[in-house]
Amino acid sequence: MLEKIREFFKTFLLFELVKGLAVTGRYMFARKITVQYPEERTPQSRRFRGLHALRRYPNGEERCIACKLCEAVCPALAITIESEQRTDGTRRTTRYDIDLNKCIFCGFCEESCPVDSIVETRILEYHGEKRSDLHYTKEMLLAVGDRYEAEIARDRADDAAYR
Amino acid sequence: MMELYAKIIAIGLGFAQGLFGPALGAALFTLVKTSVLIMLIVAPLLGAVAYLTLLERKVIGYMQVRIGPNRVGPLGLLQPIADGIKLVFKEIIIPSGADKFLFVLAPVITLTVAMAAWAVVPFNKGVVLANIDAGLLYVMAITSMGVYGIIVAGWASNSKYAFLGAMRAAAQIVAYEIAMGFALVCVLMVSHSLNLSDIVNGQAKGHFADIGLNFLSWNWLPLAPMLLVYFISGVAETQRAPFDLAEGESEIVGFHVEYSGMLFGVFSMGEYANMILVATLTTIMFFGGWAAPLDSAIFNAIPGFIWLFAKVLCVLFLFLWFRATFPRYRYDQIMRLGWKVFIPLTIVWLVLIAAWMQTPFSIWR
Repeated sequence: MLEKIREFFKTFLLFELVKGLAVTGRYMFARKITVQYPEERTPQSRRFRGLHALRRYPNGEERCIACKLCEAVCPALAITIESEQRTDGTRRTTRYDIDLNKCIFCGFCEESCPVDSIVETRILEYHGEKRSDLHYTKEMLLAVGDRYEAEIARDRADDAAYR
Repeated sequence: MMELYAKIIAIGLGFAQGLFGPALGAALFTLVKTSVLIMLIVAPLLGAVAYLTLLERKVIGYMQVRIGPNRVGPLGLLQPIADGIKLVFKEIIIPSGADKFLFVLAPVITLTVAMAAWAVVPFNKGVVLANIDAGLLYVMAITSMGVYGIIVAGWASNSKYAFLGAMRAAAQIVAYEIAMGFALVCVLMVSHSLNLSDIVNGQAKGHFADIGLNFLSWNWLPLAPMLLVYFISGVAETQRAPFDLAEGESEIVGFHVEYSGMLFGVFSMGEYANMILVATLTTIMFFGGWAAPLDSAIFNAIPGFIWLFAKVLCVLFLFLWFRATFPRYRYDQIMRLGWKVFIPLTIVWLVLIAAWMQTPFSIWR
């Protein structure tokens, strides 16, 4: 009975509504969680899987030996490799394309690579204005690798202990 | 202030009569004077409508632990202007089966009605465009016309969804208008007047006002249930959350599905202008209009219209707060609340107040 009377007054005094308003009112003064992207960024893992790159050895020789493991493991069939024997007897790629339209950024290519040639960098801000812009060729991938080699090497070194 | 105004009026009248003769000059001067005064009300009102949208987005953002728009201009202050430019340059699509004239007329009705009611709103002691004795009646008559904008929009769209939406919105507005009207009848009973300025002045009398606690003698305390009914009906009347079934962007089609570009923009301008109107009327009817809350020298030194704007802003904040808090009502719940709760409640309260006024304990002498 008493409970019923209390419920009655609660209904007409809009008790629940005021409680709800108190919650939103409290949150109005809470710290805002918005990250204002171009100026602020969320922290990024060194294992971040972004744009691909092909690496070189310090002497300038490209690492890739055209074993085609990455092409075989790629679940999205995004990698296309053609190879030939060079005059010095080593096998190298003549074509190494990654179609970023297809790529799902799973990182299997990097995992499968026996010579740490194909890697995924931390770069996430790239774009294409048409589809073919996202069709990365060997030259483009090597250029990315050359440009960010310092960061790529540092990330791999930092992470080595946990692998 | 008032002397300056009287001086300008006298100079202007003399100038016009000198130019056009006494009779024609006086008529022309009245025309020009009224137009200028209307501009003085409508222009700031449109500005307030624009910046209310920004305030809404900011307040709701803050309540959702975001920061809201802050890219266009400092603190996002140019956001409403950017929105306006965007809307103006968007294509207006008129459905091929639509009645073109009515289709364009509908949003105009909505906005016009929301603006026209301001003619009788007093901003300060004696500062009102038309100080008519039937002010309250005028306000209720004009705001009731708003439903035509909705019906016409739904009808002219020649779309079954827009039409159903219009029916829903119209039924909702009509239902809550009755409760709103009865709540206002209580106010006019206790203030013995339909004149909005007299209603404000009437609230400054009473036991608490005599000892300087003006805000306790305003209508909100003795008429608290009516304030609740009036304000909730006002929220429903302006189609705001949690009664925003007419718009209901996420789950239901409203009467303005077929509208795009600035025609849609005019509809939402009307909605926001109505919000400001309801907030102002709540302030005038229940919170003492332009009166200062305490009878002290410091408070009385602040001009009345600043008090009015401050109170209106608080009420408007409540509108935004509601939208950030409450989930949308189901349609049958809206109808139940309007017809089965508010209307009986207001009628009973009307009788109670009337009986109270006849007893020796009446506080409205």
